[in-house]
Amino acid sequence: MSIDYAVRAEGLQKRYGRTQALAGCDLAVPYGSVCGLLGPNGAGKTTAVRVLSTLVRPDGGRAEVAGFDVTRQPRQVRHRIGLAGQFAAVDEVLTGRQNLEMFGRLFHLGTRPAKRRSAELLEQFDLAGAADQGVKTYSGGMRRRLDLASSMLLAPAVLFLDEPTTGLDPRGRNEVWRAVRSLVSGGTTVLLTTQYLDEADQLADRVAVIDAGRVIADDTPTALKNAIGGARIEVIVGEAGDLPAAAKAVARVTTAEPETDQDDRRVHAPVSDRVAALTEVARALQDQGVAVEDIGLRRPTLDDVFLQLTGHHAEAETAP
Amino acid sequence: MSTLTGPRPAEAIDTAGHRLYWAVVDCWTVVRRGLLHYVRQPTNIAWQLGFPIVTVLLFGYVFGSAMTVPGGGDYREFLMPGLFGMTMAFGFMNTAYAVVLDSTKGVVDRFRSMPMASSAVVTGRGVSDLIAASIDLLVLAGMALVIGWRSNGGLPATLAAFGLFLLLRFALIWIGILLGLMVPNEEAAGSLFAVAFPFGMISSAFVAPSLMPDWLGAIAAWNPVSSTVTAARELFGNPAAVGDSWVEQHAMLMAVVWPLAITAVFLPLAVRRFQRLSR
Repeated sequence: MSIDYAVRAEGLQKRYGRTQALAGCDLAVPYGSVCGLLGPNGAGKTTAVRVLSTLVRPDGGRAEVAGFDVTRQPRQVRHRIGLAGQFAAVDEVLTGRQNLEMFGRLFHLGTRPAKRRSAELLEQFDLAGAADQGVKTYSGGMRRRLDLASSMLLAPAVLFLDEPTTGLDPRGRNEVWRAVRSLVSGGTTVLLTTQYLDEADQLADRVAVIDAGRVIADDTPTALKNAIGGARIEVIVGEAGDLPAAAKAVARVTTAEPETDQDDRRVHAPVSDRVAALTEVARALQDQGVAVEDIGLRRPTLDDVFLQLTGHHAEAETAP
Repeated sequence: MSTLTGPRPAEAIDTAGHRLYWAVVDCWTVVRRGLLHYVRQPTNIAWQLGFPIVTVLLFGYVFGSAMTVPGGGDYREFLMPGLFGMTMAFGFMNTAYAVVLDSTKGVVDRFRSMPMASSAVVTGRGVSDLIAASIDLLVLAGMALVIGWRSNGGLPATLAAFGLFLLLRFALIWIGILLGLMVPNEEAAGSLFAVAFPFGMISSAFVAPSLMPDWLGAIAAWNPVSSTVTAARELFGNPAAVGDSWVEQHAMLMAVVWPLAITAVFLPLAVRRFQRLSR
């Protein structure tokens, strides 16, 4: 395996009881880049991160992080990674500063450097004002930022973020995104898992789509969205009999074949010039006297990516 | 942000000496965290001691006049070592609760993803629990002195008795860690009280086993808590109401054997369970 990749996994396997959480997962993340691991619940994202951060031993396959094997050289790996999981893994009773200083000592920084680094990080993550308050009093966004800061104590080469914004309100989400961006600008390689296409779009250079424990696509967010065709126009008619007429109207604005959904009385297709397409379809439908129940534009979602790539919907299955 | 200009510790030199050094230093860091909890939440000690204090009032003053100590002696003198023993016996719940909180909140995973000595997660818990237990014993002994309990055994014997209580608490740490890693959440940890209650009560802590029905008395006599409590009573020079059974006659021996046996069984199980987290 080459050293040029910060994260490199080949054929990772992991089974939990009857669930095959990882079924030959391959991944390659170049140094200095941000990789978004995109997939629904139960796709294997968290298991992949747990294997790569040395928390779980894979049943098969191999993985290197920062040039070290995760199963044979876990200590070396642990010196070079940071991990922020789905829950803010910080001590609720201690203050933000006490948390960072404790983790700093456990990273073997030494007492005084740990103090200095903690103060630095509190400043960087905009927590200096609340540094000496108990974490219990922190908001969700503040906890996640403290969690992020804790994983940054060693200035890791590779940072794993497992669904860093799940459960946060839009404001908390923006705070975390801002923090991640500034880490990336400092040169850290980031592997982040997410269920949201727009989060991957916001942060990642490349997106690996994971389904049933396997990476099924690995591309730039733009390329992925182009593959789905960007935005889609969607028409819902009042009478199922009007569906062919609606399909014909939609066909005028799309290069792809419009898809018709009999049960929902729905016609949809990808479009590029969104507003022009909307106006034109609306006028065509009106001219033909089709009774329209709803017409609109929809941004591509994770579900669209999945439908496109796998032919099945991104059902939320039971998490491992 | 100056991410890559942050500190980088010297690469860990992987010799046995270094490992031992960091195992001790990391353990102390985790212990410090446990102590900071007490500093930041001093009322926790009050909560922890609420039950034994209420128990003293109940048994010492409400039921006390109806209690007899076989072989004679003051019931409150008999009661206090039992109360120390019960507090130690219930202590495993504190350990289990702290462990389950850390593992459900992801703190254990954070520790395990760090280059610290992983043994410190377990040893740090153990040492801070022992320190907390010592504080509990100190407060309870103070209260016991106020209501008239005395140790007549002299200083070395008195210290030895407290040593036996801490030895029991030490053994129960491993059961607490094992249970903490086994139960799924805080609620389940709370229900451990259903185990702790009979474990603390069906013993010689409050009533001499010889006064119980034969079968129950046998269970109580063989309860490790009984051996510790009876041995401590003998060391304190308090009425001990020692029964005729072999295990009661050899309480001093069993007060050492029981904790060692529990540790021999449950320490490896707890460590194995901890290592199996990576499976």
